[in-house]
Amino acid sequence: MERKSGETTVTRGGPDSDGAPRPSRIRARSAGPDELITLKHGAGGVPMRLLIEETLAAGYPERPVEGRGVEAMDDGAALRLPDGSWLVVTTDSHVVHPIRFPGGDIGRLAVAGTVNDLAMMGATEPLGLTCAVVVEEGFRRIELEAIQASMLEACREAGTTVITGDTKVMGRGEVDGLVINTAGVALASRIVTDDGLRPGDRILVTGTVGDHGIALMARRHELEFEEELLSDVAPINALVRGALAAGGDRIVAMKDPTRGGVASALHEMAEKSGVSIVIEEPTVPVRHAVRAAAEMLGLDPFHIANEGKALLGVRPDRAEAVLAALRAHPLGSEAAIIGTCAADHPGRLVLDTGLGRRLLTEPVGEPLPRIC
Amino acid sequence: MSALDGRPGAAVGVAGEAAELRFRDPARARELAGAIARVTEQVDHAPVSIMHVCGSHEQSIAKFGLRTLLPKGLDVIMGPGCPVCVTDVPEVDEAVALAQDGIRIASYGDMLKVPGSAGSLSDAQAKGARVDVVYSAAQAVELARDTDEDVVFFASGFETTAVATAAVVLADPPPNFSVLSAHKYIPPVMEIVAEMPGARVEGFLAAGHAATITGSAIFERFVERHGLPVVVAGFEPLDILAGLLRLTELVRDGEARVVNAFPRCVTPEGNRNAQEQMWRVFRTTGGRWRGIAHVPNGNLRLRDEFAHVDARRRFDIDVRRLWDHAPSQLTQVCLCGDIMAGIASPMDCPLFGKECVPDTPVGACMVSTEGTCRIWHMYGGHPDL
Repeated sequence: MERKSGETTVTRGGPDSDGAPRPSRIRARSAGPDELITLKHGAGGVPMRLLIEETLAAGYPERPVEGRGVEAMDDGAALRLPDGSWLVVTTDSHVVHPIRFPGGDIGRLAVAGTVNDLAMMGATEPLGLTCAVVVEEGFRRIELEAIQASMLEACREAGTTVITGDTKVMGRGEVDGLVINTAGVALASRIVTDDGLRPGDRILVTGTVGDHGIALMARRHELEFEEELLSDVAPINALVRGALAAGGDRIVAMKDPTRGGVASALHEMAEKSGVSIVIEEPTVPVRHAVRAAAEMLGLDPFHIANEGKALLGVRPDRAEAVLAALRAHPLGSEAAIIGTCAADHPGRLVLDTGLGRRLLTEPVGEPLPRIC
Repeated sequence: MSALDGRPGAAVGVAGEAAELRFRDPARARELAGAIARVTEQVDHAPVSIMHVCGSHEQSIAKFGLRTLLPKGLDVIMGPGCPVCVTDVPEVDEAVALAQDGIRIASYGDMLKVPGSAGSLSDAQAKGARVDVVYSAAQAVELARDTDEDVVFFASGFETTAVATAAVVLADPPPNFSVLSAHKYIPPVMEIVAEMPGARVEGFLAAGHAATITGSAIFERFVERHGLPVVVAGFEPLDILAGLLRLTELVRDGEARVVNAFPRCVTPEGNRNAQEQMWRVFRTTGGRWRGIAHVPNGNLRLRDEFAHVDARRRFDIDVRRLWDHAPSQLTQVCLCGDIMAGIASPMDCPLFGKECVPDTPVGACMVSTEGTCRIWHMYGGHPDL
């Protein structure tokens, strides 16, 4: 399945966290200038990554300071400060339909998304968030107040606050309801990237997978199950802080499996690290209702977005200790060790279903509704 | 909430776990695979080639990694079992032309990317056409009820979904609702594939869900004419393995008959009520299946008395304007037809995974999640893992 045409490699930018410059993996089937942007370019899979690598993140001048920037395509950027510590920055725009969904709303999502992106870089104590909102004329104030209240609640859970913001109101039809952008800043003494895996490393997930995306899709398609489907949206910086305390620098990679799900996140980690990951499917926690809904909708829980989970790559000797630390936190009670890195088939995910083995690929342009 | 450390098939929550274990039990699966291997060895030639004609079977086989369990001497080939894949260019063109004319189209998600002469419905949508993904015929009717504008349901699928389309047609849909039928009927194409030069199929695994409608007895005539065994099987891993075991036994014993290995859902006579509804609404007509051939009686079209719900008769669909677009050179290389006929595998195709990927499919087999190429691209086909 190698791709040949239009191959490019980006090496611009500073060295990454362990000091060695590493070309980011790009295998491109470049599209022509007539290509239109479609929903697949926002679905978190290969088309989206190519669009970013080839267009949105291309050509910027070098950073004035050492760090990890846009070329790394990580969860956020990290800039080295004169005292040797790291300033971690991330930004995320949020649009979701419906604006309120089982288990959360766009406000909670906007805070959790940014807090979690910082945490995935190893920065679990955010200094503050920015909040920019674009509101459509006719949006109800009472609804905006409810969303603000839920941002406030999520900030409390995360131990952070909003420090600056921006507000725009657009004419009717010029924006769809409400768009929220948040950015976050935090300091970290050590950063964790998403590409530090070696053969033998264990892969941990902090809880059940597929909850967020399936909850939204079930709501949209009006599917009901005995067990209520709830989004997992939550800030998990405290959970990650506990894991980092237990694992230290033996935690070598982290990523939150949002759009594109666990498959997309692990793929990116495997590809960037040059390893394969063998996943033992029976060990992956999936709620029964999520599995049932996914089968009904013809979807794979591994391809479904999560908004309160993390994937951790841990050196084998500390995997159990990190697992115990995760399970000690209420948001990590269903954490599990789900896989192991290997040297053969680099960049691939191999799924052992308990019955046989197959590849686990990234989602590509599924007709998925927009969910985050 | 139950704890789930390492338990096989760990599913959080209780309901349904027993069923899951029953049909996905790894130990039972290995026993069945062992039995299949022993029977296959008893056949006097290798490999034994059997064909299934259902994307859901291929999905299950690939998704659960069953090919890594099966003996090397058994070839399980996917035939023309994907209704989306065999939807021909002119049918897609009709939907695209309607969409370009501003008619709202509702269809199953898979249909959006099937390439026509001038792109797919998805391409039309990116250029402003209104296309809605629906999960059922009933949902398309609901769309029509919520609006005054015309809604055309671009309907695809075999007997299973044809029955659902028939049901909404019979349930007095709103006047702005109509159906553009690309429904296909599977029994005739089995005859075509069995008679194809180069075909080496020794038995068929028939699709359990379609047989819940048609009944297993519908295959009797086929068995009689072609002297090949047919086993009706379900879709859970153990259903498939049990079906394969029975089929390899029939091949070994040279016994041509129909066996129902999915009796918990399928009866010999099928769902009479559903059949009656389907044939009240639809008639068969010959037509091309993409990549396969002209299939006599292979297409389902609305009967005359339902002309008022038939988009082909309600609208003057002009597809000629789409013909200026020359089809891509690559389509000449595409092996979809041979793959669906079971005489080639995706690995034989020079485009597979290179020029032809799910994002930019050349052939229809790469479009649908039920298409062989798409499934192999997703799960790795015969992986050496």
